[in-house]
Amino acid sequence: MITKTCQNILYVLTRFLCFDIIIICSEQFPSYNSFSERMLDIMNYVGSKNTKGQRSSFSSHRKVFLLGMRDGLPIGLGYLAVSFSLGVAAGNAGLTWFQGMIFSLFMNASAGENAGFIIIGSNASYLEAILMTVVANARYLLMSCNLSQRFSKETPLYQRMILGFDLTDELFGITIARDGDIDPFYTYGAMVSSMPFWAVGTALGIVMGNILPLRLVSALSVALYGMFIAVIIPPAKKDKIVGVCIIFSFAASYAATVIPFFAGISESVRIIVLTVIISAAAALIFPKKDSEEDKCRE
Amino acid sequence: MNNVYLYILIMCAVTFVIRVLPMTLIRRKITNTFIRSFLYYIPYVTLAVMTFPAIMNATQSPVAGIVAMVIGIALAFMGAKLFLVTVACCVSVFIIEFIMFPPQFITNLLFV
Repeated sequence: MITKTCQNILYVLTRFLCFDIIIICSEQFPSYNSFSERMLDIMNYVGSKNTKGQRSSFSSHRKVFLLGMRDGLPIGLGYLAVSFSLGVAAGNAGLTWFQGMIFSLFMNASAGENAGFIIIGSNASYLEAILMTVVANARYLLMSCNLSQRFSKETPLYQRMILGFDLTDELFGITIARDGDIDPFYTYGAMVSSMPFWAVGTALGIVMGNILPLRLVSALSVALYGMFIAVIIPPAKKDKIVGVCIIFSFAASYAATVIPFFAGISESVRIIVLTVIISAAAALIFPKKDSEEDKCRE
Repeated sequence: MNNVYLYILIMCAVTFVIRVLPMTLIRRKITNTFIRSFLYYIPYVTLAVMTFPAIMNATQSPVAGIVAMVIGIALAFMGAKLFLVTVACCVSVFIIEFIMFPPQFITNLLFV
């Protein structure tokens, strides 16, 4: 068994080498635009060991997977910065780096995790934790509904579940940007190259948050909110109603902390209640038509 | 004190269900306008509610938080990308707090 595996690894390695040598000897340098394109060719060459029928479907999955890895890498680097600031917030809430990393690895959601830190930091009830997660991550419900329209009928349940596990804003974006039915392998590739960054960034943020001087931590603490602002303001420019909702949310949120009767309510309950009420009111007063919504999502 | 790992388990499980359930159950388009609009507004509202007034408590002085928020909104409104907005917020907090609470060695220089 082990020798078999070693043989296979050796085989692949020699194939890799052969490919380079063939390219160099033939003096027909293919013009690759990127590293990943070169990898694709190499992989096809390596995969040519298999019988014809198997190879075609297998290598096309691999091709798409590698393409996804390429497109996921810049996303992963972006994640590193975002999750670092998330980690600073996690450290303030009292999580250890291991807890933060586990949380990030299995949650993969900035707003949802921030909500989680509020819950953990205030030692809220488990029911609040559930409600808070539902509200903070409700937008994934919308994305998931959207994706459900795009799968081919043959996509099995387990593939939908793996894809759903890491359905973030960014991966949703690149997944629906491709034509035709969704190819889960493309998204798997992007997941592989972006998810580790998210988890590692969180752990780094927690560790560094404890080491760095107070004034730096204070400055880094607003990074998360800066990102939230950067996410909500551009759509508000395109859709005035969203802008009105945001201003109203700021005002209502502030009022709820100041007015004596509401100030006693915990932060998590306040966020849940305000979000549901304001969104429902907006949906009743300004219902969105299909086409309008698609325009705003561009 | 409730168990942190139990919190993590619960919240991750809920998130997973939210993400996977529609994808696996719904095989046709949602047409109800209210539900669609409700889901459309939620992300903006919840992020806005989470940002303010929490940003005032994230920093050492509330003023720095508010200034950072105003600068962030202004930059985002003018079309700055996510990274620039975030960095600008951090830098503005750092500068304001540097002025409000100057480090020991600078106050020593000034008042000796």
